Amino acid sequence: MSDMRTPLSRVRGLGSAKKGTEHFFMQRVTALANIPLTLFLVGALVVHAGSDYATMTAFLGNPFIGLIMLLLIVSAVYHMRLGLQVVIEDYVHGEATKLLALIANQFFAFTIGVACVLAVLKLVIG
Amino acid sequence: MVEIALPANSKIDKGVVHAAEGTIANPRTLKIYRWNPDDEANPRVDTYTIDADDCGPMVLDALIKVKNEVDSTLTFRRSCREGICGSCAMNIDGQNTLACTKGLEDVKGDIAIYPLPHMPVIKDLVPDLSNLYAQYESIEPWLKTDTPTPQGEWKQSKEDREQLDGLYECILCACCSTSCPSYWWNSDKYLGPAVLLQAYRWLADSRDEKTGERLDDLEDPFRVYRCHTIMNCAKACPKGLSPAKAITEIKKMMVERTV
Ligand code: SF4
Ligand code: SF4
Ligand code: FES
Repeated sequence: MSDMRTPLSRVRGLGSAKKGTEHFFMQRVTALANIPLTLFLVGALVVHAGSDYATMTAFLGNPFIGLIMLLLIVSAVYHMRLGLQVVIEDYVHGEATKLLALIANQFFAFTIGVACVLAVLKLVIG
Repeated sequence: MVEIALPANSKIDKGVVHAAEGTIANPRTLKIYRWNPDDEANPRVDTYTIDADDCGPMVLDALIKVKNEVDSTLTFRRSCREGICGSCAMNIDGQNTLACTKGLEDVKGDIAIYPLPHMPVIKDLVPDLSNLYAQYESIEPWLKTDTPTPQGEWKQSKEDREQLDGLYECILCACCSTSCPSYWWNSDKYLGPAVLLQAYRWLADSRDEKTGERLDDLEDPFRVYRCHTIMNCAKACPKGLSPAKAITEIKKMMVERTV
């Protein structure tokens, strides 16, 4: 593509978005939250290895366990959404494709998140 | 979109072998990337064997010897030959570094010499750094103040001056930026380690009065936040600096002003 703009004009482009720090910060915060939450999940799965369906639903139906599961879902899905956004921004270069991918990422994360929350609520509330 | 096909001139042909004349005491072989924009041919790797006993100790000495004695068409940049101008940055033995401070003895076997990675090539070992220089200009690398200029100099305490250590030594050779995968993929928007280290050099300067504006200009998902702390930059820097650390400091400043 022949482009007669100066390198400085190209570099300045549309200017700074003046954002990105929130994304950066929340990625760290959710990463931090994911550590104990995931450890809890892994521990619970190990303890319940081989348990039958009734034991499992009763366990997850406990409001305190349900609360931890909900926190894990929110934190993990949020973290995933932020992470996938970084991957898209890194590797998808066409503006239109990038926009579509970013929107799809939002829809995907939201759908997964709400579906998981619904499943836990169903067990807790009945 | 993700690029599937390689850009033009990506295939590297077998080059010309310039064998040494007669028997030589200490033969060293250089394999040098060659590309000439004028002949429409693909790049090639030429082979030159020189006598290291009849040559200075550095890779740059060998390049100069080849240019003077074997092949005057070999094109590369150099100026100070003592690691201070940053002109002779290139990829030697798979590492971005300065040809004038890299010893021939530091490389075992044949010495592969390529231009800095992922930059357009002007000719042979000379990359086109116009984008990087424009990015440097865009961070306005000079002291910015509103207070009227004092009679003497702008004063700075010893401790404040020390904040610039590890930053002012940067010679803008671009070894770091051209080793950074994030810069490879997004150099049009990501400022890259060299320019961000320079940006932090002005953020860290106690005499500067535009810290907030500087942060405003940098705060962008692409300009700064493409850095994923891969650390290639710190590994590449021939001056032993850590752009990754400077970038972390920038991010810390950004978080600090929001929380
Ligand atoms: S930080 Fe080091 S590698 Fe990067 S431009 Fe400066 S001197 Fe070169
Ligand atoms: S730490 Fe940041 S700037 Fe340095 S190589 Fe990695 S991504 Fe690039
Ligand atoms: S010639 Fe100046 S840094 Fe190598």
